[in-house]
Amino acid sequence: MRRALIPALMPLASILLLLALWQGATLTIGGRLLPGPLVVAQALLREAESGALFHHMGVTLLRVLAAFALAMSIGVGLGLPMGRSPFVDRLFGPWLVFFLNLPALVVIVLAYVWFGLTEAAAIGAVAVNKIPNTVVLVRAGARAIDEGLVDMARVYRLSPADRLRHVLLPQLTPTIAAAARSGLALIWKIVLVVELLGRSDGVGFQINLLFQTFDVAGILAYTIAFVAVVQLLEYGVLQPVERHCQRWRRMPAEA
Amino acid sequence: MRGLALSAAAGEVVALVGPSGCGKTTALGIVAGLDRAFDGMVEIGPRPDGGAAKLGYVFQEPRLLPWRSVRQNLALALPRPLRRGPAVGAMLDALELTAFADRFPTQLSLGMARRVALARAFVVEPDLLLMDEPFVSLDEPTALRLRTLLTQLLDRRPATVLLVTHNLREALALADRLLLLAPSPGRVVAEVPVTVPRAARDDGTVEALRRDLLSRPEPAFRLLA
Repeated sequence: MRRALIPALMPLASILLLLALWQGATLTIGGRLLPGPLVVAQALLREAESGALFHHMGVTLLRVLAAFALAMSIGVGLGLPMGRSPFVDRLFGPWLVFFLNLPALVVIVLAYVWFGLTEAAAIGAVAVNKIPNTVVLVRAGARAIDEGLVDMARVYRLSPADRLRHVLLPQLTPTIAAAARSGLALIWKIVLVVELLGRSDGVGFQINLLFQTFDVAGILAYTIAFVAVVQLLEYGVLQPVERHCQRWRRMPAEA
Repeated sequence: MRGLALSAAAGEVVALVGPSGCGKTTALGIVAGLDRAFDGMVEIGPRPDGGAAKLGYVFQEPRLLPWRSVRQNLALALPRPLRRGPAVGAMLDALELTAFADRFPTQLSLGMARRVALARAFVVEPDLLLMDEPFVSLDEPTALRLRTLLTQLLDRRPATVLLVTHNLREALALADRLLLLAPSPGRVVAEVPVTVPRAARDDGTVEALRRDLLSRPEPAFRLLA
């Protein structure tokens, strides 16, 4: 009983400890620089009641999802052939090194300069920041693909689409899941930056406004709300999808 | 391998027998079109109806897709329009796999997995069937059971078969003709027709044929011992 209860209560205890430390810090530093948990909760409620919270979070979330989908599909589309073919790898390898080392801020500023302060420029800039990382992960996964199954697919004349869906992608599931997890976390952080620099809505835009009025409680309220949403995506969408794709691994073996 | 020449008539079962390292698997890979780095020629005749010959391949390991069910593994070998047709169910029935249709290959024993690989090779109704040690590392009763199933399948729907094996009994039980291979360079050193009809080859007949081969004086047969 005790053994089962303690691990279940640990996350709760961990959060309570964090809140206590936060409250303690507020009392030491002062509520203006670091508002306490209650004040932040009030700010969160205020923003939710006015509808601003949901509007800005919704807009940001859509940008995150668009950039995520773009980055993952292009990342897999480039990483898979690079891992499978030494020729393609040598052709695009140097490009990859260049883009891996390109600072996010440079990409964002150049995208706005070249394509204007548009939605496409914002989402594209975020995707370009994530693509090289996805390519590196997927390329490594593609190098480990089982050639025996690829030969089998050739003998039985599977179409290229079937080979991708039934032979190649299932082998890349763990890699793609890892890329998706790190991708979601990275992308939403960069989305806030593009919003701050060149959009007139979204969490990043809102945080810029709150910064100008020195509303620390508001900034923390938006931050906490968005961290919660990203965690919800991770547990509610990414992990169930990954479990579904990997269900064959957990089947009990036949006696 | 050098100077390896072999031909098989339509519907003939040819066994390639020899020690490891004489290029048996490589030969199958070349015939299947998997291995293109060779000098030579492979010619596969058309079907009686004029279409291109269909190929079945039973690999040395079952090579099933672990993330697809037994049924899906069979269906994927077929062209898309036939996948939902009756062929998959009928083949599962014929090999007594119906109860396992929704299992994943990770849940199967090696014997069952090899049986699924056999079903996959036959579900495409192959004209040319390549088999690479299809019953290796199975216990003798399981191997015998699979051999019987293979014989039944071939009786119902004949195919030209190239069977690679190092098991002389298996070759004598299944093949119309044995080609004995020797290593470095891999080449055919002897050819042995088996005239007893396949249905009439019981354990005693196979054993007698084997003794006869092992007692032949030519050097080619000494490799078998």
